[in-house]
Amino acid sequence: MQKEQYQSPVEVSEDILQKWEARGVNRRDFLKFCSTMTAALALPVSFIPRIAEALEGDNRPPVIWMEFQGCTGDTEALLRANQPTAAELILDYLSLEYNETIMAAAGHQAEKAKYDAVEKYKGKYIAIVEGSIPMADGGVYCTVAGESALDVARKVCGSAAATIAVGTCAAYGGIPAAAPNPTGAVSISRAVPGATVINLPGCPLNADNLTAVIVHYLTFGRLPATDSFGRPRFAYGKRIHDNCERRSHFDAGQYAESFGDPGHRQGWCLYKLGCKGPQTYHNCPTVRYNEGTSWPVMAGHGCIGCSEPAFWDTMSPFYRRLPQVPGFGVEATADKIGLGLAAATAVAFGAHGVASALRKGDAHETDKVKEEE
Amino acid sequence: MLEIRYVWEWPVRITHWINALCIVVLAVTGIYIGNPFLLAPSPDAFVMGWVRFIHYVFAYLFTVSMVARIIWLFIGNQHASWKAFVPWAFSKGRENMWGTFKYYTFIEKKVPYVVGHNALAAAAYSLVFALFLVQIVTGFALYGQYQPGSFWDVIFGPLFGLFSSPGVRLTHHVVTWLLIGFAIHHIYSAWLMDIKEKNGTLSSIFSGYKFMNPEDLK
Repeated sequence: MQKEQYQSPVEVSEDILQKWEARGVNRRDFLKFCSTMTAALALPVSFIPRIAEALEGDNRPPVIWMEFQGCTGDTEALLRANQPTAAELILDYLSLEYNETIMAAAGHQAEKAKYDAVEKYKGKYIAIVEGSIPMADGGVYCTVAGESALDVARKVCGSAAATIAVGTCAAYGGIPAAAPNPTGAVSISRAVPGATVINLPGCPLNADNLTAVIVHYLTFGRLPATDSFGRPRFAYGKRIHDNCERRSHFDAGQYAESFGDPGHRQGWCLYKLGCKGPQTYHNCPTVRYNEGTSWPVMAGHGCIGCSEPAFWDTMSPFYRRLPQVPGFGVEATADKIGLGLAAATAVAFGAHGVASALRKGDAHETDKVKEEE
Repeated sequence: MLEIRYVWEWPVRITHWINALCIVVLAVTGIYIGNPFLLAPSPDAFVMGWVRFIHYVFAYLFTVSMVARIIWLFIGNQHASWKAFVPWAFSKGRENMWGTFKYYTFIEKKVPYVVGHNALAAAAYSLVFALFLVQIVTGFALYGQYQPGSFWDVIFGPLFGLFSSPGVRLTHHVVTWLLIGFAIHHIYSAWLMDIKEKNGTLSSIFSGYKFMNPEDLK
């Protein structure tokens, strides 16, 4: 009985595999891709054929990729994706109508292509937004072809089937929105409140998570389930800390005290070097970056919490456990201030105690005290 | 003639000492969790694991004790009642607060004569109770981070949206230090009042009894 269960075959039809081979993606790579996506989305193995079919269906989603106040890091992350390669699958497979970095068109031609796509695929295309949107002073701080980022976002995201905010800037404002936020930068979901937005924060985002969201959309026709910060649960449902390869050193009580010390060289926990893994939700430890090669903690640097809302303001200083206490110097930590406070309290009450001990005639019942002979 | 008065009922004394024990254990383990000052000699140790376990066990104990004490605010005697903790709401309480303040600042010679808490101390305990609640809420919010969708995460998780998770963590640390400051003050004041009032203040939290001359209360 049990044997039969194990034998239940995961079959992808020969037709599909041959079509992909004709496109230059060999069947092994294609199946690996489908398996990776199924695993990334936390779906059972039986979904592999379904995903393969979904990718095969003649429903290439048109994609409009817009970049605003960002550093192109997310585009870079995607171009370096390998599952299979971006060129082989994502960009081939998706119908990328507009992307400033890699499109061949330029100038008015490119802008026309963008709005033609919006008209042609109204309510059907996917908008991908990279970078935050400046709201201050009428949005003058970021314009594309003379149009403010806000206007472009309203037009494009407003009639998209779904908007994917890639990277922390698009998802939460990111570094442009860090205090004092001179451009009034906000996330796409705040700039265009009516749009259906899913956030894929990270600095940069992990391209595998973007691919998985698109695959989910193609397979099920809707975006994956999200948490209260609009992030898909499959990728942001667990803390870095809970899947970290250094976790056993944390529990044991073995910590690197400074970069390059013996503990650090032995791969001990980076908690005391300010690692924000215990308060950051992301699948970095399991999916990793750059063809699954590595990720920050594996490379010896603590997590800086880049995929959390307002990370630049709240997760810094990056090499400390706690944020700075407002009104105190850079070197003052909450615990040093607390220790000073406790010491000052002890001194103050000690002084009060000395004064009170020397004070005469303030005690109740003194007149009733009988002196022992 | 001295009277023996039963002031602190047993739930008050038990919750007091459980709270005291919990605060000591939670502060020590909490400071270790925030800054692990001892490094484990070998990887088969489980130092942080145990310290966190103890912190969580005592956090639950403390919470149960606080809930019990809050219930007792409504069914206990007049000294344990919530009314004793808001002296500023009553004219007699305001008078006593001012009197005690004058005594502490060396303006007045005599401290107002009361059976239970002195009014200023009771007002301070209200603040301390509020800080306890802040610790319970922020603590269980941080605890809930291990499992999104868990009970504590659902109840207190929205705090992270309001204050950010480092903000909640910072609050938990700062309030710990405020409570350590309170503990120093509390022990000092109990000692001072034991000497000055001569009515068995220190022993009363063990036995429940204080010694009063009814004449003095008039």
